[in-house]
Amino acid sequence: MRIAIIDESRARAAIIEEGLRASGDHEIFLITERLGLARRIEETAPDVILIDLGNPSRDMLEEYFSFSRAVARPIAMFVDQSDEDSIGRAIDAGVSAYVVDGMREDRIKPILDLAIRRFSAFSALERELEEARTALSERQIIDRAKAILMQSQSLNEPEAYTRLRSHAMETNRKIVQVAEALVTAHDLMNPDPKTPGAEEGSKNE
Amino acid sequence: MSRPLVRIGFLPLVDAALPILAREHGFAEAEGLDIQLVRDMSWAGVRDRLLYDHSDAAHMIAPLALATSLGRERAAVSLSVPFVLGLNGNAITVSAELGGRLLKENDLGDPAIIGTRLKDIARERKQTGRPLTLGVVHRYSSHNYMLRYWLAAADVHPDNDVRVVTVAPPYAADALANGEIDGMCVGEPWNSVAVEKGIGQIILVTAQIWRRGVEKVLAMKSEWLADNEPSTHALIRALRLAGQHFVNPENWAQNAEILARAEYLDGSATLIKRAISDRILLRQGQDETHVPDFMFQYRQAANFPWKSQALWLYSQMLRWDDQPWSKAEAEIAEAVFRTNVYRRALAGLDEPMPSASKKVEGGISGTISAGSSQSPLTLEPDLFFDGRSFDPDNIPDYLKQLRETQ
Repeated sequence: MRIAIIDESRARAAIIEEGLRASGDHEIFLITERLGLARRIEETAPDVILIDLGNPSRDMLEEYFSFSRAVARPIAMFVDQSDEDSIGRAIDAGVSAYVVDGMREDRIKPILDLAIRRFSAFSALERELEEARTALSERQIIDRAKAILMQSQSLNEPEAYTRLRSHAMETNRKIVQVAEALVTAHDLMNPDPKTPGAEEGSKNE
Repeated sequence: MSRPLVRIGFLPLVDAALPILAREHGFAEAEGLDIQLVRDMSWAGVRDRLLYDHSDAAHMIAPLALATSLGRERAAVSLSVPFVLGLNGNAITVSAELGGRLLKENDLGDPAIIGTRLKDIARERKQTGRPLTLGVVHRYSSHNYMLRYWLAAADVHPDNDVRVVTVAPPYAADALANGEIDGMCVGEPWNSVAVEKGIGQIILVTAQIWRRGVEKVLAMKSEWLADNEPSTHALIRALRLAGQHFVNPENWAQNAEILARAEYLDGSATLIKRAISDRILLRQGQDETHVPDFMFQYRQAANFPWKSQALWLYSQMLRWDDQPWSKAEAEIAEAVFRTNVYRRALAGLDEPMPSASKKVEGGISGTISAGSSQSPLTLEPDLFFDGRSFDPDNIPDYLKQLRETQ
């Protein structure tokens, strides 16, 4: 089968391509450029088109598909009436599929299912990255809180950390929550940006 | 008890303001409702989420709500529009080069005069084999129908003399810059973005083509509405308060800031405020121009879902898809606009409630007092630029007249 993958995220498109290649004897076309999109589709004449749900070009494509009805093989959104659930999952995963007229549902379904799995896996990966970024910023907050304690209470770094940790344990909160409260209170009472801690935190921003 | 949650899909456009403000200013909460806003990047995305229950309601281009209910290009799903989110607010922006030829004045043009100039240029360009190409946001959009109405009235056939293509608003300025399109009819802030980048010039606003043109609507599946009528009423009351807030000049700056946030339009508050305040920068190097009624989001029962507006859109759908009028389809189209739900939701409030559900569109040239209960309703001119009016009860004749003149 000829499958076109339209996705502005090159990385995600590659992950889906790899999955499809492994799943069968398909000819796969990656389209990551917006310009000339309709022309590329015309040239490649795909049986199935997978496109990310968030792609702003979808309205243009649907217009092209409706126009193409007159000139070539009609293309319509893949709507499996017997399985509304799989369309729902596709939207969840962020992918939509268009197929040429006459394609049998049982041939499309495995491709869509694979795209759904790969899209979901990619989203999970992105979430993990986001969490890693959050963890990084949490460390910066804790560093700032430590700096404030060191300056205002004349503590060394391990002492400052111990103070934060024991307060967190006593109040049944996370260290980052205690640190956040401390930094907020400190900023409120010292609106001057040159106060200690503020400099400390801003250097990493 | 927790408040019911309504998830509302939207595209990042200035006219998504009312649902956003209903949430941000606590109007929804005061009506006992929680609103969650779900942003998409294409109308296809907004529609898919609505049809597959990933949202409960949506900010939607009005013709798309009709096309979905009529089953154009896919199986029909009945949608309901109990509230209009606003009138107009779109503009036609062209490349600096084309703008220079169409418009000499430092002001908005006269649609008829610009149309005549465009006609000459369109003929010229057609002969070169590279016809003028104009972008719209969706084939089932008021942008498409307003642009085509203007072109046809100026004796420029939108399919034969020029090309009308769909372009995603976020790409519109780029498409104009690299010559993919010569002009576009899009919503704000995208015209202003093109002007700000020095790529384009605003030559007309859609309010000049039809002074009271229906634009975005609140759409939901009819099935969902039937199961959630109390929540729908609460939502309509909250949107009404948001509309009042939106048109008050004291709130313009603050509302522009809210809409500009990353989770909403993720854009420039300065540009957004231009549309909100009806003060538009038409091109680089001049001052903002006051464009009365550029956006018309609340006054004069602007949010009432007049069935005649749905029928005008249906007439244009037939006109440009070259399909025959059908009584059954016309009934479906007018039934999408749910005047009864609007009436029930705002019953007893100090809000004009039109006595009629249809009116002749483009028939008011002065200021009139219209039949209304609860509070008086004054209507100001609602004309089409060519002076033609639309009788919703006689679409076949209207279409015949339009075909004869073009």
